[in-house]
Parts: sequence; structure tokens; C-alpha cells
Amino acid sequence: MANVKLTIDSIAVEVPEGTTILQAAKSLNINIPTLCYHEDQKVKANCRICVVEVNGQKLLQTACSFPVADGMTVVTNSPRVIRARRNTLELILAHHPLDCLTCQKNNSCELQNIAKELNMSKPVRYEVASRNLPIDSSSPSIVHDPNKCIVCGRCLEVCNEVQTVGVLAKEGRSFDVVVNPPYGKVFADTACVNCGQCMQVCPVGALTIHDDTTDIYMAQEAGKTLAVQVAPSVRTTIAEALGEEPGTVSTGRLVTALKRLGFHYVFDTDFSADLTIMEEGNELLHRLNTGGVLPMITSCCPAWVKFCETFYPQYVKHLSSAKSPQQMFGAVIKTFFAERNQIDPQSLFSVSVMPCTAKKYECKRYEMNDSGYQDVDVALTVQELAWMIRTAGIDFKTLPETPFDSPFGLGSGAGEIFAATGGVMEAALRTVYEVVTGQTLESLDFHAVRGVEGLKEAEVNLAGTIVKVAVVHTLSQARAIMERVAAGTADYHFIEVMACPGGCIGGAGNPIRSWKKVLRRTASVYDVDRKLPVRKSHENKEVRVLYQDYLGAPLSEKSEHLLHTKYINRQDILRL
Amino acid sequence: MKQEIYSHTTSQSALVRVAEISARYRNRPDKLMDVILAVQKVVPSMAEDVAAVIAREMGLMQNEVYSFITFYGLLSVKEKGKYIIRMCNNAPCHVRGARAVMDAISDTLKIGVGETTQDRRFTVELCPCLGICDVSPAIMINDKTYGNLTYDSTQALIKRYIREDV
Amino acid sequence: MKEMRVLLQNQGKENMSDAAVYIENGGYEGLKKALEMEGWDVIQTLKDAGLRGRGGAGFPSWLKLKFAYDTQSEDKYIVCNADEGEPGTNKDRVLLSCDPHSILEGMAIAGKAVGARKGYIYLRAEYPQIVPIITHAIETAKQAGALGENIFGSGFEFQISIRSGAGAYVCGEETALFESIEGRRGEPRFRPPYPGIQGLFGKPTVLNNVETLANMSHILRNGVEWYQNIGTPTSHGTKLFTVIGNVAQRGVYEFPMGINLKELIFDVCGGVADGKGLLAVQTGGASGAIINPFQIDIPLDIDHISASGGRLGCGTIFVIDDSNCVLDIVRNNIEFFSHESCGKCVPCREGTRRMYDLIQKICAGNGTVKDMLTIRDLAETVRSSALCGLGHSSVVPVISAMDNFPEVFESHLDGDYCEKCHMQRRVMKHG
Repeated sequence: MANVKLTIDSIAVEVPEGTTILQAAKSLNINIPTLCYHEDQKVKANCRICVVEVNGQKLLQTACSFPVADGMTVVTNSPRVIRARRNTLELILAHHPLDCLTCQKNNSCELQNIAKELNMSKPVRYEVASRNLPIDSSSPSIVHDPNKCIVCGRCLEVCNEVQTVGVLAKEGRSFDVVVNPPYGKVFADTACVNCGQCMQVCPVGALTIHDDTTDIYMAQEAGKTLAVQVAPSVRTTIAEALGEEPGTVSTGRLVTALKRLGFHYVFDTDFSADLTIMEEGNELLHRLNTGGVLPMITSCCPAWVKFCETFYPQYVKHLSSAKSPQQMFGAVIKTFFAERNQIDPQSLFSVSVMPCTAKKYECKRYEMNDSGYQDVDVALTVQELAWMIRTAGIDFKTLPETPFDSPFGLGSGAGEIFAATGGVMEAALRTVYEVVTGQTLESLDFHAVRGVEGLKEAEVNLAGTIVKVAVVHTLSQARAIMERVAAGTADYHFIEVMACPGGCIGGAGNPIRSWKKVLRRTASVYDVDRKLPVRKSHENKEVRVLYQDYLGAPLSEKSEHLLHTKYINRQDILRL
Repeated sequence: MKQEIYSHTTSQSALVRVAEISARYRNRPDKLMDVILAVQKVVPSMAEDVAAVIAREMGLMQNEVYSFITFYGLLSVKEKGKYIIRMCNNAPCHVRGARAVMDAISDTLKIGVGETTQDRRFTVELCPCLGICDVSPAIMINDKTYGNLTYDSTQALIKRYIREDV
Repeated sequence: MKEMRVLLQNQGKENMSDAAVYIENGGYEGLKKALEMEGWDVIQTLKDAGLRGRGGAGFPSWLKLKFAYDTQSEDKYIVCNADEGEPGTNKDRVLLSCDPHSILEGMAIAGKAVGARKGYIYLRAEYPQIVPIITHAIETAKQAGALGENIFGSGFEFQISIRSGAGAYVCGEETALFESIEGRRGEPRFRPPYPGIQGLFGKPTVLNNVETLANMSHILRNGVEWYQNIGTPTSHGTKLFTVIGNVAQRGVYEFPMGINLKELIFDVCGGVADGKGLLAVQTGGASGAIINPFQIDIPLDIDHISASGGRLGCGTIFVIDDSNCVLDIVRNNIEFFSHESCGKCVPCREGTRRMYDLIQKICAGNGTVKDMLTIRDLAETVRSSALCGLGHSSVVPVISAMDNFPEVFESHLDGDYCEKCHMQRRVMKHG
């Protein structure tokens, strides 16, 4: 593509054709303020904050959408521009509850940042209007306060196009326009899969995490024994949530912080991820050997599971019956662990720290009580844990390192890579390959499928049997592959589905993401895997002990009872 | 918006009709307006079950259908009266005595703008210009327009609609 | 003064929706000529004729065609904007009902010019009576070979479909209209990309107003020279004027561009109705300027009106008598824009409502000088920063009234009671 020359604020610059003014200005370190713009999303140009003057244009133009042209002269900071930006921002503020101090997004709100950037130091000239709509906290994962919505449209893009769940609708028009579930419904009554990606992109506090931290303090006050499990992703994102660089791995510090917060036992979900692989891998072998339902599809992502139950209920038999690592851990903690340590399961409070908001929903599913109690009492997100660490006055950066507690403190690299898209598949195949062939699978050679973004395929030769696998992330991709399953054209044996872009490492429980950050986190995940002494689930000694001492073998009666689950048809929520 | 306005359900036979109309335009989102205008004639309102059927048959998402309906002034997710009286609210009618017409409507039907009579026969709405300003003040009752109205002639007109189907 | 009836030449004739009748009256001659020409020559003809858009902005019509002509694409579209939503305007309704074929012919000519095979007429839902007229016109045109696969044996194909609006003024904005046809909320798109390059269904599209398309038929039929001799040096041809409000003889009139506004109101339309005095005139619909009686001695052409801060727009002349208050009219206008804002962009969604609130405050006698300053400041932001024309022009009646009737605003400030504003006050609530 040809280059074009233009000047921005009297500085000459040469950029490729098709570049927007916003991007061109960025290359000159000129920061044009933006609000509705999101680097991972389509240009929307509806907030009109990024307006600039362009020669030959009588009206102001939005830098996010306007392409550069040869000989163009752009002014990004004239008094006219600044006045327009501030007047527009003032209009937004006049229709937004100014209760920043008690808002979850306080200090991480993009609207707040812009107000500071534009030096909005005077009260708004208009009467502040409220939509006076109820706050919806019916969802276990998401709190929706439509009064704070600035109608930027980011959540709509995520929910409708990236995830194709379609929970939210822009309703009405003009001043009364609002983003809400259709027909006055609350989140709990919609098809929402709790992936939380809408919260990740919401610039304000309209969509926030359902904060469960109080439950932890209450359990402590009630004198319960607190056991916590930490998901693979968390060690790569908790430091970021506390202000360090994306991708900073802080496993040992994380354990120390949890101990200081009063958790009696700190375990590693990598352990139960290995357990998942043992069960799921053997289930796959069983299905392959006995002519079972194929392709088998992973079930460790609760958002995906609910999506399948809602939109493809006739295909839930394709889902692996293995529980997710979180729920396997929950079942084991309140049975095996409680028995061995002579703790009354009733006084045991089981917590998980997850990169995920759907885990909050998963642990509250009614069938997740195979231990006789709710297997996992509370699922915290990385963000909530970060708040607790701050609240407790712990300086995360300078913490010493502590190892995980035994017996569930050991995880393999296979368990660790659950965090990234393709990880579960690779972990499963490392074990399955070795069980079948007796040899070590060096690496999986995934190749992207041309023309299908987000779909990866691979083939593995299992002692003469070619096993074809596929990996997808985001639910739009899941939908696409399910359409192929429905049409009978998906000739795979095993499919991994993760609802969030990039897998769990891009999950909504993590600090606010961008695709760039997700890539840095992913690199760290594979780095951790490489450095771990054990990289295959079946080689995890503690997993072996659990089978020897308690469960027997994968797919045994006890394993089936504690580590496997069943699925429900949820199509009625669509009112069809 | 209040919850109750959505609480009704549509009859099975009507939903079958809706499905027939919608199924003709599977994967033709550009026909959504035509489908909704046709469907509006066979259902009492664009309730959730109606939107669900349209979405399913046309291959759209329910929230898209809902969002679409709420955007357009002449479409509605709420149940309305048999006759929708639309009163032009723009200046050309305004300066020719629209207020008297409005008063005549509300005096006769005892309801205000945005309201529906108890017997569900009439809903009164304000609307933008009807494009018949040469006979303003004007109103539209369903598909029929009436111009050069006064307080008395409006009252007579509404009374006729109360008495008989026009 | 006598009207010059070009576009309305068939008004009053029977069965004008029959293609045969239209052809008897000289119809489709323009299209036949266009079919014998190269696409570019058709555009050149319209350029030489100097045709400018009749929908509001007065944009040179040939340029729109050129953009689509220059863009390579298998599919291109011609869209007729019959979403006549500008308050006080009904010329398109009159034209569509009295001479529908002149519009179909114009669309086919535009299609031939740019190489489009498909046309859409986007008709506002408030005109249900027009649907059977156009449907019949399209059918008979097909039978007469004037539309369809092989028009008049030339090998050129052009099909026309009708699409309905459903009560959204913003759908008169071209990109919002595309969105609506595509089956979405009628929210305008940002530009660029311009419709000539990426319009309806992402394809090069030319959108024209009903009246503009009818003009194309007559230009092709009668020639450039004939057209240039009508009107003023910069605005050629005739123009349909909808004269409404407190005027003795309301209706749609056709005159050459440049007719004097004062003469139109007083000589043609019989002046203010009921013997009342003239308070103000608003030209161009709700998005036009409100001017004083002493300002109306001006020629009505695109450039003259623009120069005086208003716009000819769709040619609507709204006469307001002295039983009204200018502020009340402004309030009505801005309420309309606030209600019709699509809600996509902030300045329009929030700004039009805030302007309405402030005007309402002044009407109620509670306004302050500070409020006046806020209105001006806000209006400039809405005008310059809004996403589409609805926002840009929503401030015109407000600002023009503040400029032309400063004393009216002042008299309302600080607790002064205006009986006229108060009389008209109603709790506005839309269903």
C-alpha cells in the first residue's frame, strides 16, 4: 500500500494509506482522547470525543474513523476542538450518575480518565438526569447498572458478534436509548453465559463483576476452614491486576498473599487440571475404542457449556462428562481432603480464584454438590482477589515466595497450559499419546485453518489411528463449528472450545484486557510450562496418589461420581 | 419500562401465522421491516414469543428484532388499542390549532398521550409530521388520515369510531 | 403570478400510474434517450444541466453519480429517498401520487448512468396510500418494457422494489436509510466511506430525493439548454414549494428557482390567513432558519438562502402568524429533533434534549442570560460534532431565531411571562 504525507499539529508525518488520523497521531506521540474507541473492536465513532479539525472539512471529524489523505492538515488541539470535546463530555456527565467514589470502576473508569484528561473542573451546566432504572444483580457473575451506560456499543459488539449470545439490545432511541436485555428481562432470565466479556469492554461501571469478596470475610468470621485453589491463569495475571507488567508470573508471591489473607490451605488448580486430563483423556480413548459419540468436546469452560446447553441442547452428548478442574477440585476437597485431614466438610469453606466470571455461575449450578455440599462455595475472580490484597494492605510486589500446600500443590505443565486456547487439547494429547503409543509427544503442530479466524486444527497419529482435533476460542467460532457438527461435516474426534478470546488467559475475571496484553500473558503461560519439571498430567505424582488412595482409576465408579457431571437442555430460555 | 407490558402471550395459531410469514425470508435480514409490518396485522403486539419466532424463522437474533422494533416510531413491543390515533406534533399543525384537536381527543376518550383506553379500542400517540400539512391540523387513525380538524369535528370523528368500525 | 408546471405537468390527469398514459404524455422519452447514450454522457448531461439535489443539501447530482460510476462493482444501487419526513413538507407525496412514472424513469436513467441494475424506493410508512400507486406504476412499466430485464430492447436491465420505513425521521439521512433497508435500526454510519463507494449492502449507491429523480427525466427528455433557461444562473430548473402554516392558500406549488419569497407568500398564496399579521417565516422545514417579515424579500434559490444562513432545503415555506410566539415554534422544532435523534452519537442524543430543556426553561419564564450563552455554546458543538445531518441542522432554527429575534428571547428571560408560550404548553409525552 502506498504511503501518504500529511501534517498533524504542524508536524509532518508519512503513514500508509488507509491509516486513521488517530493512528497517525499516535505515531507522533499525539494522544487524541477517545472514549467509545477500543483497539480490539470496530470503529464506532459515536462518542465524538476524538474530534479534530481537518482542512477542507467544515465540520469536525472523528479521528478514530477518518482516514488520512495526501496533503491533509489536521489540528488535534485547537480551542475549537477542545471546546467541542469538553462540551460533548459534559453532556455525557450530565446523564451519568456521578457516584464515582462508590463505583467498582473508581480509578479504572475510562470516563473518569477522560474527565481528568480534559480537565473537567467545573460542575456541569445541566441538570444531571438519571434513567432511574433498577440495578440488575440477578446474575451470579455480572451486575448491570443501566443508569451508568453511556451507550458506546462495545458490549453489544462483544455479546452479539464475538460471542453471538445476544443478551443485550439497544432499546428505544434518542435521549431514552438504553442497553438492556430485551423485554424488560433480568440477566438471570436470559441466555447470558456469564462469560463477562461485556464487562471487559465496558468503559464505565455499567457492567461490573458480581463482587463476592464479602462472603470470604463472613466465612472467616464464622470460623470456617478456608481452602483456596488457584487457576493456572491467575499466577500470570494477578500481578498485572496489582499494577505490574502484563505477563508477570508471580506464583510464589500469590501463595504468600493468600496465606496472609487468612486462607488455611492454598492449592493449585493445575493439580485438578491434571485430574481433568486423566478423566477426559481416558473418556476420549473410551469413546474412540467403543464407538462412542464423536467428536468429543471439552467441558471445562462453563460459559461454553451453558452456550451448548442453550443453543445446541441436542448435542450435549458430545460434551465430555468430565467436570471442569474447579469443580473436580471442589469435589475432592470436601471428600478426600476433608476425610484425610479430619475436617468436617461442613466447616470447610472452599474458594477458587479464577480468571473467569462464569466460574461463579458454575459453582452455583445445582448439580455441583457431589461431595454432599456445594463443592465450591465461592469463586473469586483475579480482580476481586486483587481488591482483597489491596484492602488488606499487602504490598504484593515485595512479598516473599511460598510453595503451594500439599497434597494438591503439584501441577504439571499440562495443567498450566489450560490457561491458553489450545492448552487443554495439547495437555490431553500429551497424555493420550503416551498412553497409547508409549512415546512422548514432543509438540503439537497446530495449523490455522485458512479463512476461518480462530479455528486451529491438528492431526495426531495414535499408533496408526489418525486423530483429528480442532481448537476454537470465542463463542462465535464455537457456533460455527457446532453448525458443522450439526451438518455432519465436522470430521474431528476431539474439539476444544473456550468462550473467551485467547482462552482463560483472556477471561473476564482478569484485569481489563486488550489483545496485546493477552498475547503477553499467553507467552508467560507457555514459559511456565517449559520450566516445570513435570509436563504431563499422568506423571503428576500427587494425581497418582489420589487415584491409588482414593479414586481407584480414571472412569472408576468413584471417579464417575465425583469427577463427572451431566448437562441440561436450557433451550426454553430462548422462548421457542 | 414496566414489566407488566410484556406479560401477555400470543395464541398458538397466531404464532403459526407469524412463522409462515417469517419463514419466507430466511436469511434475508433486509426483509425484516416487511415481515414485522405484516406480522403486526396478525398479532395483538410484538411480544417476546412473536419476536422469538421471527428471529428463529429468519435466522436473526431475538435481541436484534427487539432492538429494531423499539427504534421505529410506528412499531411497538407494547400492546396497543385497535385504533391508534396519531396526532401530528409538529409546528405546521401546532399553529393551526392542534391543541384543540388534542383536547377533543382526550376529552372524548378520557385518556392522555401514550395511553390506551380500558376497552383496548384506542391508543393515543403524538407523532411527527404526517405530510398533509395543507389540511393541518391533521391526525391519522390507523391507515386513514383526517385533516382540517377543529375541536368539534374531532369529537364527532372520535365518536364515530367509538360507535362503529371505520 | 403563474406557476411553471414541469414536474407537476401531469397533476390532475387521470390514471397517471398507468405506464401507457404516462407514455402518451411523452413519458419515458428521457429514458429512451439515455439508453442510447454512454453512462458517462448521461452524467455529463446532468452536469451541464446543473441539476442539484432537491432533498435539502443542494449537492450537485452529477457528482453523486460520478462517485458510483467511478467505483468498480458488479452490483450498484439507485435509491429513491421517499422518506419525506421534514415537517411541513408534502411535495414528494404529491409528486409520487400524481406522476409516479417520472420518478421510476429518473431512477432508471440514474441506473443506466452508473451501471446499476437495481433500485429501491424507500417510502415512509405514513404514506400507505402511495404504495398501491407505485406498485401499479412498476407493474405497468414492466409490461410496457420501461422497466425489467430488457428495457425497450436495449439490453439494459433495471428492477425497482419498494421498501417501507416505519416512523423514523432520521431514515431520511442516506446512510440511516441504507441501514433501515438492510434490516437494522436506522442509525447513520460515519463517513468516509461515502455511499458512492460503499453504500447500500456495502455497494456503490446513489441516493436521490424523489424530486431530483423526476428532474432527471425531464432534463433527459427536454435537453440541457431548456433546463438551463429555467431558474437562476446557479440554480436551474423549477422547484416544488410546500407552502403551509398560517397562509391563506396552502399547498404545493411549482416555480422556477429564484422566485421571490414575499411574492410567493402574498401574491401566490394569498398572504397570511384570517387577516392576521405575519410573525415569521421558516424556510426549509424544521431544520430551516426562522426569519423576520422584513427578511422575506429574497429570491428562493439554493445559494441565496444559504448565504443568508438558512437553507432552501426541501422547499418548505412555513408561514407563522402573529398569534404565535417565535420561542414556542423553536421549542416545537427542537423537541422534534430531540425526539427523532437516533441516539447513536452523543452530541445529538444528549445535546438536542438539553437544548429543548433550556428553551423550555426560557419559555416558562425561568431562563437566564447564562442559559442563552449555554444554548449558543452547546449548539455550536452539536452542529460541528454530531455524526449526521440531523444533528448538524437541528440547531439552525434555534440559532436563527436567537439571531433574528433577540428581543423575543430577552423578553422571556428572568420571570417574564409569555401567555402564548404558556397557552401552548403541554406535557409532551411520546408513545
